[in-house]
Amino acid sequence: MTGGPDLLIVGAGPAGMSAAVVARRHGLDVLVVDEQSAPGGQIWRNIETAADTSRAGILGKAYSDGADVVRRFRASGAGYLPGARVWHLEPGPRAFIAQNGVARCIDANAILLATGAQERPLPFPGWTLPGVMTVGAAQILLKSSGQIPDEPVWIAGTGPLSLLYAIQLLKAGGRIAGFLDTAPSANLAGAFRELAGAFLGAPGDMLKGFGWLMALRRQVRFIGNVKEIEAIGNEALERLRYITANGRSATVDARLLFVHEGIVPTIHPTLALGCKHIWNAAQDSFAPDLDTWGETSVSDVFVAGDGARIGGAQAACHLGELAALRVAAKAGRLSRAQLAAVAAPVRKRLKAALAIRPFLDRLYRPRSAVFVPPEATLVCRCEEVSAARILEQAAAGRPDPNQVKAFTRAGMGPCQGRQCSYTVASLLAAKEGRTVPDVGLYRVRPPFKPITLAELAALDAGAVIP
Amino acid sequence: MSGPVLDTIIIGGGLMGLSAGLHLARSGKRVAILEKSWVGRHASGASAAGVRTLNRALEELPISLEAMDMWRNIETIVGDGCGFHSHGQVMVAEKRSDVPVLEKRLAKTRNAGCGHEELIDRDELLRLVPALSPYCAAALIVRTDGAADPHRTLRAFRRSAEAAGVTIHEGCGVTAIDPLGSDWRVRAGEREFVAPTVVNMAGAWAKTIAAMVGDDIPLGHKASMMIVTERVAPLLKPVVSLVGRPLSFKQTDQGTLVIGGGLQGRADIEAEQSFVDFMELSRSARAVIDLFPTTGSLRIVRTWAGMEAKTSDLLPVIGPSPRAAGVFHAFGFSGHGFQLVPIVGAIMADLIIAGGTRKQIASFTAERLMQRQAVA
Repeated sequence: MTGGPDLLIVGAGPAGMSAAVVARRHGLDVLVVDEQSAPGGQIWRNIETAADTSRAGILGKAYSDGADVVRRFRASGAGYLPGARVWHLEPGPRAFIAQNGVARCIDANAILLATGAQERPLPFPGWTLPGVMTVGAAQILLKSSGQIPDEPVWIAGTGPLSLLYAIQLLKAGGRIAGFLDTAPSANLAGAFRELAGAFLGAPGDMLKGFGWLMALRRQVRFIGNVKEIEAIGNEALERLRYITANGRSATVDARLLFVHEGIVPTIHPTLALGCKHIWNAAQDSFAPDLDTWGETSVSDVFVAGDGARIGGAQAACHLGELAALRVAAKAGRLSRAQLAAVAAPVRKRLKAALAIRPFLDRLYRPRSAVFVPPEATLVCRCEEVSAARILEQAAAGRPDPNQVKAFTRAGMGPCQGRQCSYTVASLLAAKEGRTVPDVGLYRVRPPFKPITLAELAALDAGAVIP
Repeated sequence: MSGPVLDTIIIGGGLMGLSAGLHLARSGKRVAILEKSWVGRHASGASAAGVRTLNRALEELPISLEAMDMWRNIETIVGDGCGFHSHGQVMVAEKRSDVPVLEKRLAKTRNAGCGHEELIDRDELLRLVPALSPYCAAALIVRTDGAADPHRTLRAFRRSAEAAGVTIHEGCGVTAIDPLGSDWRVRAGEREFVAPTVVNMAGAWAKTIAAMVGDDIPLGHKASMMIVTERVAPLLKPVVSLVGRPLSFKQTDQGTLVIGGGLQGRADIEAEQSFVDFMELSRSARAVIDLFPTTGSLRIVRTWAGMEAKTSDLLPVIGPSPRAAGVFHAFGFSGHGFQLVPIVGAIMADLIIAGGTRKQIASFTAERLMQRQAVA
């Protein structure tokens, strides 16, 4: 156990770095723990080495913007532990980390979880075949090593990331066999109501998005309103079948398929800690229940960034700043009046950064098959449990997801249900005419990130049992 | 409210309650099981499912050995093998200086007339568990012991109890028990159940239930911690425990390694929450790596602490209530009840139907704990 910092920040993405900068500005002792080897998070992954290369041009301005935040973070004087995994949290708060094969725990006066988002779990028939991966994973390869696929790729999905990656891939010289837009056309009506707000609040982002869409439609085969997809192949992806809402169906040759249906907050850490959660209906996801500063129901544990709600990098920075200000005030570095004064302009910028969200949330709301896949679909890939098996259990009463887990082993594998928790909840809800928040998710059992036996053994190496 | 006519109300839908329900229903009794959350929610679902006679308290050995006969025929009892394999349980002496502990234990069981335990040397130990670190000295073994799959066992007991006619009410937490003529009225919030006999098999919550009929039975609790790793290729078959270090180590049919041994986490019984103490749990990880050095790189998939009742002498309470006629208790298995599940069900059926049992339960009276409390 080490003498702890005033503020322990988990994650060196936009929210974590911005929080560190502000906390340092107010004299707090800050330690940032991050899984990656360099700061930037997912959105600005590898920015320090990529900033001055052609890759930065390919990845676009929103990516290059990160260089400045990373520079300020590096100069802030915050402690920084790269390559370190936080695998358990306790009230106190206390964080358990693993780094270089050794586990240890750190007590802090406050902990900020800036752990971002994960791609929305997206099971569909054939999704576990080699050759199928998520757009997010493909983009990681592009950002960290400039890798582009040799083969033409099919992209199927919704959300800004699908579009952005398609544009980046084309700029980088990659080939796109086709783009299957899976956003239901019915979304447009709902999104239309938010259009004015989005244009007034974020005209630049709106123009950028339409620009991407137009460019893509000009350059690649673009199929809209796709309702169902299926990956087909023996050992690997060979063909892709899709059906549109109008009943148009086709089967095409495919070697690579990248899929994406938006992102959801990473809630494993806060679930494991026992924080209260709410259902964010606009984003079809759970989120930690936070006050206006980002503090959870567990005292002195904060969440900022996409882990709080999906809002993008700019909003994440501001949420990080607000949380850091609150921690500084709690530590007596700011008076109540000072806190309000410093926070006001940040809140204004946050509001502006979030102006486009209602529009995006409605436009890119996933189709129903994303939540309730066909019965033959593998839901839990760790333990190979199909949707049909889950539904079979649901037929036996009104089981809790934890009972389904005990009976089917779904969610018992190494990913701890990160992939299948939402799907199991959605399947049970659909079968029983309930809602997902009513059904709930699996109980998260520690560690929320895997650690090895050797790492755990090293947690208390000094203890010798007589 | 008048529900269906019942002979027995069982409070607690763990394996013990299911087993009692099964045996009673098969003898023609009309049984309801009241479970406050869902079947197998606590100790039964959190069990490592060891089927062990090895190193059991002498008082428990008679019923434990009889339970072993039932495990051997478990499929004929509940229609499923419950994932039970008798690959043996071994208690390993790591150092030569630990061997006398095993010799003493062996002498004790032999004196009691039990020949099921056997002392084996290092060569035989390594033949049975080739992956074991060769530094170990000797071991005590029961070759017919083994382990089962807790979830399969739960499913099998539940299914056969229901097939025998038991009604299971989940989400039905008992709030009061009152006499009603010669019957008992058991209330669970708005719901009421009436029967002449009531069985308290409420595990960590049994003390509260006992108090509802006037039995003040001192009872502690355990929160035994467990680790499960990712799946690996076959590593070992017997269940391995140690002299002088808390460890129980086995591999499941799925290939995961299950590490237990009674290290304690924390529990909040009222809130039905338990917490893992990783500082403490690191001792288990250390012991496993010492014994099986190749396991260090394996990922831990999950850990938990299961809540269960513990008595001061670590023996269960099995028998009639000292004060309330028609009420029976079976709880306080203190972390080693899983193997006793089939026999405890049979004992409860004996007690309720025949008014007594030939099985040796004299050491398990509730009175012994109450007297001890009075003396102290």
